[in-house]
Amino acid sequence: MRKWLLILLLLLPTLALAQTPDPVGEDGGVKAESLDMNAYLFGHVGDAYEWHITTINGKEIALMLPCIVIEDGIHVFTLHHAAEHGYTLNEDGKLVNAQTGVRPLDLSITKNVLGLMIDSVLLVLLILLCARWYKKHDVLKEKPTGLAALLEPVIVMIEQDVIKDAVGPEYKRFSPYLLTAFFFILINNLMGIVPVFPGGANITGNIAVTAVLAIFTFLMVNLFGSKHYWKEVLWPDVPLFLKAIPIMPLIEILGLFTKPFSLMIRLFANILAGHIMLLSVIALIFLSVALGPVLNGSLTVIAALFGVFLDCLELLVAFIQAYVFTMLSAVFIGLAHPQPEHETN
Amino acid sequence: MSLITPDFGLLFWMVVIFGIVFFLLAKFGFPVITKAVQTRSDHIADSLKAADEAQARLAGLAEEQARMIEETRLEQSRILKEASESRERIIAQAKEEAAAEAAKLLDHAKVEIAAERESAIRDIRRQVAMISVEVAEKIVRKDLEGDAGQQGLIDRMVDEAAQAQIPN
Repeated sequence: MRKWLLILLLLLPTLALAQTPDPVGEDGGVKAESLDMNAYLFGHVGDAYEWHITTINGKEIALMLPCIVIEDGIHVFTLHHAAEHGYTLNEDGKLVNAQTGVRPLDLSITKNVLGLMIDSVLLVLLILLCARWYKKHDVLKEKPTGLAALLEPVIVMIEQDVIKDAVGPEYKRFSPYLLTAFFFILINNLMGIVPVFPGGANITGNIAVTAVLAIFTFLMVNLFGSKHYWKEVLWPDVPLFLKAIPIMPLIEILGLFTKPFSLMIRLFANILAGHIMLLSVIALIFLSVALGPVLNGSLTVIAALFGVFLDCLELLVAFIQAYVFTMLSAVFIGLAHPQPEHETN
Repeated sequence: MSLITPDFGLLFWMVVIFGIVFFLLAKFGFPVITKAVQTRSDHIADSLKAADEAQARLAGLAEEQARMIEETRLEQSRILKEASESRERIIAQAKEEAAAEAAKLLDHAKVEIAAERESAIRDIRRQVAMISVEVAEKIVRKDLEGDAGQQGLIDRMVDEAAQAQIPN
């Protein structure tokens, strides 16, 4: 019974579309034009000097963001007025000097920066409101309610199951950073899935963002590493000939950088891939317009169902990637604090 | 390939924004929450331990109670046994004493009876003697004027009196 209902649902839009002779042609040329896949994909996953929200009847609705350029003084303008200040966009969509074609120091509040700000304000509000609950209530007498009840299990899970196990006895020093990293990545991942403003910016799928996160982890690991950790890096317990020509120390030092590098690439690639997959599935609807109404209609339904599936997958990935980043950071920090029982080995 | 080349502007803003978020959350956010949660879980652990101890103490008390009941029962049976023993003993003693008293009374009575009989016999003898004397006087007074046949009667009577006196 349910199977038949599903098939009927799949066929319904096809029938409806088949009866209208040319459903897209009347809307104007916008949809009928073949889709520029490159501009579509990179426009959505890339950074921009404006936040394009939607296009209604050919009129673009976008948030114009301030471009801030430092070159012979500070220039602040929106993209419409870029030419007046002597700047233009290069083929990557970045501001360059119109005469020389050189990239200036560009500190613009781009789409990703604004997204970062919005998500960060949201995160700080959430966590501080949660912390306020604990300040105002006696935890020994009341059970958490509202925001505290929502966030406490997650915080406890990350701290007790991930940080404590991976870092070891000194975990309390590092848990604020690791929890911040976890929730920062999680909220940006989740907001990235929300398709409308203020979500939808591909923040954690941007390599600059993940690079900064990886650098923070790198600093956390190496600034607080124990003496024993540095000895293992620079003068490991291996036969002397491996140290005299410094093969092992070189490998170990390289290892210091590959660890955060892998963190950076993992988060970036996973989130970017998720966005591109989702966008490709949705693009199927517009690409199949040229194939006629029947195929277009059925593909629309399929793409929508597949989009729902991918969105659910992305929810999972959003959590898993935040979890993995936190766990690996915790493991790296734990490795920088070898326990006494390791020293005997 | 702008996708894999980090943009300096975004790097800069990300450092600033993440730095601020990190500072705020690490100072005012997470430590408050984790400390409160820690306090509570410590409290729960302590309470559980206390409950365990109380349970153990309760079990000890129950054991103690059972032991005391058992002891009391033993004591009770011991007291009952002692009481019945002493009762038996008292009864036996009383019986003995009563028997001794009865024997003493009996002896006393026998002695008294013997004394009574003695005095009775003495009285009888005295009276017999006096009667004999009177009889003898009367006979003597009469026979002093009588004949020899009467003399024989006197003899016989005296003999009889003497014979009656002998058994005691």
